[in-house]
Amino acid sequence: MNEKTMKASRKWQTIFFILLIIGMTLASSAITGFNIIHGIATLPKAGAWILSNLMITQESLERLPTILEKLLETILMSIAATTTGTAVAFFLSLMGSKTTGTKKVFGVFARFVASASRNIPVVAWALILLLSFGQNSVTGYLALFVGSVGFLTRAFIESIDEASQSAVEALRATGATYFQIVFKAVVPQCMPQMISWILFMIETNIRNATLVGILTGTGIGYTFDLYYKTLNYNAVALVTFSIIIAVIVIELMSNYIRKVII
Amino acid sequence: MDASTYIKREASGRIAIKMGSKSERVMTWTVTVLIALTIAAFLFFDYTGLDLSKAIPETFYNLKKMFLEPALSHFTWGQAFYQMGVTLGLAFLSTIFGAIIAFFLALMAASNLSKAWISKTVRVIVAFVRAVPTVLWVLIFAIAAGLGSEAAVLGMLFHSIAYLVKAFSEAFEEVDQGIIEALRATGANWWHIVVHAVLPSTFTYLLSWTFLRFEINFAVAVAMGAAAGAGGIGFELFMASGFYFDLREVGMITYMILIFAIVLEILSTKMKERYFPAAAKSAN
Repeated sequence: MNEKTMKASRKWQTIFFILLIIGMTLASSAITGFNIIHGIATLPKAGAWILSNLMITQESLERLPTILEKLLETILMSIAATTTGTAVAFFLSLMGSKTTGTKKVFGVFARFVASASRNIPVVAWALILLLSFGQNSVTGYLALFVGSVGFLTRAFIESIDEASQSAVEALRATGATYFQIVFKAVVPQCMPQMISWILFMIETNIRNATLVGILTGTGIGYTFDLYYKTLNYNAVALVTFSIIIAVIVIELMSNYIRKVII
Repeated sequence: MDASTYIKREASGRIAIKMGSKSERVMTWTVTVLIALTIAAFLFFDYTGLDLSKAIPETFYNLKKMFLEPALSHFTWGQAFYQMGVTLGLAFLSTIFGAIIAFFLALMAASNLSKAWISKTVRVIVAFVRAVPTVLWVLIFAIAAGLGSEAAVLGMLFHSIAYLVKAFSEAFEEVDQGIIEALRATGANWWHIVVHAVLPSTFTYLLSWTFLRFEINFAVAVAMGAAAGAGGIGFELFMASGFYFDLREVGMITYMILIFAIVLEILSTKMKERYFPAAAKSAN
């Protein structure tokens, strides 16, 4: 193929790609009833509404202690779901990784559990668990826990596969047992990466906890929903603002930790 | 020189075999604090109405009913696929508009293509937008812009833009500075540099990130249907479990979502392997 025909086929590819995107956009707009002009037109109106209604007032500030208590509950819930999820994900990833896996059956099992718990949305878990566990923190915790196990297992398998092949072989040659290999070769090498993933998971879980909270009636999500449904928009603004502060503080902390350890 | 100056000893007199570096200390601290917080969490939890001896068998019974006897009862297969189409449509719209807007914002946020103060301002705003959970954006837009798909798309758009600006601007910053300087030396203006240097060398990254965001937005769209009444399969899921208590239908809907999510995941992994094998992670 000479340069000219290659250029021509490239051009056709680009045109085809652009047409495909435009076609899919139109199809999506049709099926969802989304009108882009209407959408843009509502934007300034929405902005004005937000500026005039979502204001933190003196009266809403009085609710701060309750809000902070719920926020703390949510943060603790996210951290607990992540750390306990880490423990499970660690063993699953040992089974699933190519370097440390012992039997093929275990590997397939670990990958299956991870994929199912990750791809069934956290919403579905929350709704399913709500039916039998009722409206309390444990329901929200379990929904986040299942999602964390799925995501962390995949991430850990990747880190283990990347890091430790040669060290594992060296230890195996000395006659070390399986758990000696894991704790002296695999864990020290993967530790920084794993901690980085755990921190990432905590950040994600705090954001998800709001969603789960709205569905299961726990934590800060429930507080938000309550004020939202009683049209107390000043309190809504305060809840939103406190979530923003919490997420940003946690993000800054984990960025610092990441910078030091990696 | 005396050898003992080089040998660190523990308090007991044994030779220390570990060098206490800062990164190790920070790691130990992080782990300790996290474990302490976890224990605190379990003490702090609100356990009202929880009866584990009843809840656990009941969950397994529910799961069995859901996954072994799935069936649709309140709507037809045609409607189910239509609702799935709505969810995919919401995800697609917010991803594509998000990607276009994020592209321009990322050009402003990339420190090698923009002035320092512009880049800083964009970054701060983006960090702020990203800190608000998507569901709150959608709920806020639902009252601010009126219910309907506009609220859902706008709400999801906000978070998508914030996510993609971070990913895109990091990709732009990795463009070889030499190429940009060479073009600048020939008298190329800013747009020439973007079109002829930045875009060609980052295009596949941008595409992969956008697809990854589509995968995320699919899950988000399901969630928005359930929690913010944005319609689509998520809303049906919410109705089936919250109003009809129809576990078989919940099971069927979960299966549908699971299949679509796995297909999207496989596609995006294939794309990642093809276009950028090394940097396929991180960046929230």
